Amino acid sequence: MYHAIVFLPLVGFLIAGLFGRMLGPRPSEIVTTALLFIAAVLSWVSFIQVGFGDGATRVQVAHWMSSGDLVVDWAFRIDTLTAMMLVVVNTVSALVHLYSIGYMHEDPHRPRFFAYLSLFTFAMLMLVTADNLVQMFFGWEGVGLASYLLIGFWYQKDSANAAAMKAFIVNRVGDFGFLLGIFTLFVLFNSVSFDQIFPRVAEIANNRFMFLGIEWHAMTIAALLLFMGAMGKSAQFLLHTWLPDAMEGPTPVSALIHAATMVTAGVFMVARLSPVFEYAPAALTVVTVIGGITAFFAATVGLVQNDIKRVIAYSTCSQLGYMFVGLGVGAYGAGVFHLFTHAFFKALLFLGAGSVIHAMHHEQDMRHMGALRRYIPFTTAMMAIGTLALTGFPFTAGYYSKDAIIEAAYASHSTAGSFAFLATVIAAFMTSFYSWRLFFLTFEGRARWGHGGHGAHDHQHAPHDHEGVEHDARSRDVEPASHAQHEHVHDDHGHGHHGAHQPHESPLVMLLPLVVLALGAVIAGVVFHNAFIGEGYQEFWKGAIFTRPENHILEEMHHLPGWVPLLPTVMMILGFVLAVYMYIVDNKQPARLAADHPILYRFLLNKWYFDELYDAIFVRPAMAIGRFFWRTGDQRIIDGLGPDGISARVLDVTRGVVRIQTGYLYHYAFAMLIGVAALVTFYLFRGAH
Amino acid sequence: MLGFGILSGLLILPLVGAAFILTLRGDSQAARSNARWAALATTVATFLLSLVAWGRFDTASSSFQLVETHAWLAETIRFKLGVDGFSMPFILLTTFLMPFCILASWDSIETRVKEYFVAFLILETTMIGVFAALDLVLFYLFFEAGLIPMFLIIGIWGGKRRIYASFKFFLYTLLGSVLMLLAIMAMFWAAGTTDIPTLLAYKFPAHLQTWLWLAFFASFAVKMPMWPVHTWLPDAHVEAPTAGSVILAGILLKMGGYGFIRISLPMFPDASVYFAPLVFSLSVIAIVYTSLVALMQEDMKKLIAYSSVAHMGFVTMGLFSMNPQGIQGAMFQMVSHGLVSGALFLCVGVVYDRMHTREIRAYGGLVNRMPLYAVAFLVFTMANVGLPGTSGFVGEFLSLMGAFRANTWVSFLATTGVILSAGYALWLYRRVVYGVLDKPSLQGITDLNRREIITLAPLLLLVIYYGVQPGPILDAFAAPTDTLLKSVEAALTTVKTAAVAAH
Repeated sequence: MYHAIVFLPLVGFLIAGLFGRMLGPRPSEIVTTALLFIAAVLSWVSFIQVGFGDGATRVQVAHWMSSGDLVVDWAFRIDTLTAMMLVVVNTVSALVHLYSIGYMHEDPHRPRFFAYLSLFTFAMLMLVTADNLVQMFFGWEGVGLASYLLIGFWYQKDSANAAAMKAFIVNRVGDFGFLLGIFTLFVLFNSVSFDQIFPRVAEIANNRFMFLGIEWHAMTIAALLLFMGAMGKSAQFLLHTWLPDAMEGPTPVSALIHAATMVTAGVFMVARLSPVFEYAPAALTVVTVIGGITAFFAATVGLVQNDIKRVIAYSTCSQLGYMFVGLGVGAYGAGVFHLFTHAFFKALLFLGAGSVIHAMHHEQDMRHMGALRRYIPFTTAMMAIGTLALTGFPFTAGYYSKDAIIEAAYASHSTAGSFAFLATVIAAFMTSFYSWRLFFLTFEGRARWGHGGHGAHDHQHAPHDHEGVEHDARSRDVEPASHAQHEHVHDDHGHGHHGAHQPHESPLVMLLPLVVLALGAVIAGVVFHNAFIGEGYQEFWKGAIFTRPENHILEEMHHLPGWVPLLPTVMMILGFVLAVYMYIVDNKQPARLAADHPILYRFLLNKWYFDELYDAIFVRPAMAIGRFFWRTGDQRIIDGLGPDGISARVLDVTRGVVRIQTGYLYHYAFAMLIGVAALVTFYLFRGAH
Repeated sequence: MLGFGILSGLLILPLVGAAFILTLRGDSQAARSNARWAALATTVATFLLSLVAWGRFDTASSSFQLVETHAWLAETIRFKLGVDGFSMPFILLTTFLMPFCILASWDSIETRVKEYFVAFLILETTMIGVFAALDLVLFYLFFEAGLIPMFLIIGIWGGKRRIYASFKFFLYTLLGSVLMLLAIMAMFWAAGTTDIPTLLAYKFPAHLQTWLWLAFFASFAVKMPMWPVHTWLPDAHVEAPTAGSVILAGILLKMGGYGFIRISLPMFPDASVYFAPLVFSLSVIAIVYTSLVALMQEDMKKLIAYSSVAHMGFVTMGLFSMNPQGIQGAMFQMVSHGLVSGALFLCVGVVYDRMHTREIRAYGGLVNRMPLYAVAFLVFTMANVGLPGTSGFVGEFLSLMGAFRANTWVSFLATTGVILSAGYALWLYRRVVYGVLDKPSLQGITDLNRREIITLAPLLLLVIYYGVQPGPILDAFAAPTDTLLKSVEAALTTVKTAAVAAH
């Protein structure tokens, strides 16, 4: 069964990838989607078997490589954590496949798109089923490749290509740490297999390890290096810059990769390696702090973005921060639980946003939306559910998981925990505000689309809606260039540009996934919170998540002062009220506020200027140094002093000699051959006698 | 043994083919076509013969196999051939790549067609000879003789600055080999033989080892090439015809690494341990420096050439880390790089044949008209970047792991190459393949033809196959690595005791 779950998407990829052009788009769509649905159903079966039965196992697939003590297998480690991830990945992926049939129906490259989606799913499954660090790294980089291909799916658009490259390279920075982390663990344990490493962590937990000339606490340095990988993949503060740009990809991709699955790989990794992290308290503190900063930072940026997808992207970034806070304070169950519920409601929000974008003929700027509730009521309802779940409305999924993290942060009683508590509480307020801002800007108020001059994408902004400040090019990217390039397709469907066309509700294949995800967003918390973080914890996880005996955080969460569990809900309500005030009651307010604080507004709008900063301290210096090494190092110094310099002198001398020779290269070569041969012979015979 | 063994067959077969091509008369269309087909048939036959040798080869044993000895210059200098786990994969790599080189030259070589293929076939003999020689003098002879056909290939069928490039290539490599020749003589005087198996068991005095090591290093470092003697490579690559680049990157560069593993490490273990920090420094500089240089290249071939230098940095680093992962990883990296960089040069050749320029700026948006090409180029780019699942990963990962065990600083700095390689490779891919196809000159460009598909498809499959199942090659290195490490270990312990004593 596990072979089928993991390899069916690979089969789909191969069929659609190799024969897609022969088969045509529709068969490719059907084959990949059907295979994914089979895998998804099997995943649920295994989830119930493993989580609520006794099905944990190891499946050996093949040998990969061995060298000295290093033995690497292709194998699946099936426990509750894996089974849960299988459910998340395959369910969301199957739904996204289905949704894409509708969303991408105008695109001429559908077989390629579905092949990539299936490839991504396969790589993600290899990641979550990995039985050892190297296979995990295989999946890790594999999803990176798929993400690169999908972000750059519309390869004619330069911004998409740039975003794809950026995503891959920034992730590689994280992978740099991951690799070194693998090496460290291998040196410590002489193995890369989880089965070998986990039981022995306790015995060498306090070993010292020399790294870069400094003596470290062995587990701490290993965990920190590995966490660097997690920061890259999960877009944590400092390595987050690729995620918002990744929104250049088609919206279903954002839902699958950049919300529900791939970006949570870092969270999964830390949870999987909980035995290592448990014995590295200093590393856990770093995880907590980085998580807290990310939750706060991303939420502040999310407050002012105008692109509907970017708001959700920053929200994802922020929610990932929450998950890491959960892990960092030792409540792995809470972090993973939030991963689980977040997958549903965030995929819902993205796919809902995709439905909006589809309805608006590929308009992503919320400043050109408004009043859509009357035109696409169903999408509106779905988005409302997603928003409620994200903001933590009582008894929705987010209410259980997010609040659990905030409570765990409070219960940890550490400095880092207190900081994270503060950060996540403030972020909860901002989450509520920007989520409802998105909702109101999109679905409520006055219709800001359809007025003249806007149709040709030249964005003559009506200033009163635009919070009063000019925007740079980046904040007004518009989704698919390919649609402009395939005008004929457009015209066939009567999709000119915007103009007088009314927004229309999406087809059934797109709405169906929304319903399923909405269901998940509503009930996932109620149904599973007991197993993930409640009474059924031990029975459910069965040791898949390791906690040290002295880690009692889940218990302490039940003995908090009464105001703590209420606080997130209060924050949610405050955020909602403020959003209502600013975007419904007095919608001049945002522009006024932005005009009053232009510096702060620009700072947030430009994402704390991280892109500019990195460009100035990494990208441009690297290029300058590269050019210097090439022009000065190689050409002037090495060549100048070496071959060119010598040959210039030699040429001066031999210029006269050359004249009397024939000048054919052959003859030089021949003369040289004879010379070498003569030299060899001479010395050999002298030596031999 | 009076008769000729299978290894002699591998050496002679290409020469027979070359002799046959030489007998072809005239320069008519038919004669050219015959020359092509004869060359292809010869290389394919050689490849098949090498597969037979591989079949007879026992990877579990670390001793020399298929050994054959013939009388030659003197009693102590004999024509001795044989292979072990280190050399066999390289012979296979050589014979495997040759047919692709012939195919890649099918239409692109229009002048002196016969001579071109003769040069290639002779080159094949010398390359196989280097890997099969079990006598130092024989090794030296093949090592140097290989220069001449390559020199001619660059100098005659090369690009605009071919004369400059070929002389630079020749000058550099010859300089190193003079020192190697002196070292071989010194070894002969010290040990009384040039028989490699005997020398492997012979223990050179420590001070002599140092000098011998340096002399061989001069030659191998140029061949690798290591920083700072690498500048001949980009020029040679840029000017060489496509097939020349493939062989240069695929095989000739490996001779340096092979020399280290065959001669420097096992014969001069004390000196190798002593000089390991030097090699580490040069390797790390090579990885970081040339990766940064590659980032700024405007010529596709030059970019790949610089990336080759960086990848060879991983090889030298792995070899001198002196642990199983490092050595096996480095060896695997060489085989993998042979396939990947060979394929990348073939990819450049594909568009060069159509557009006659290697300027990155002249391209853009190729995917619109060349989807198959885009796929092949993507796979090889990813293998070059070291993506897991391609052969590039296995070598890079193992050699970095080996280095990490030897010295965390080295590994730390070298691992930045993982980031930088993604930078230059993806940027190249983006500029050449992605984007809008708006250059008028590219409007009529055609996708891969059948010959090109036949050339690239096997490489593509192998790159992925060895990424998932590196066993066949990796395990061949295991037995000789063990033996090598045992001999080096003694030297390592001496150094360690000395270090402990010094504290």
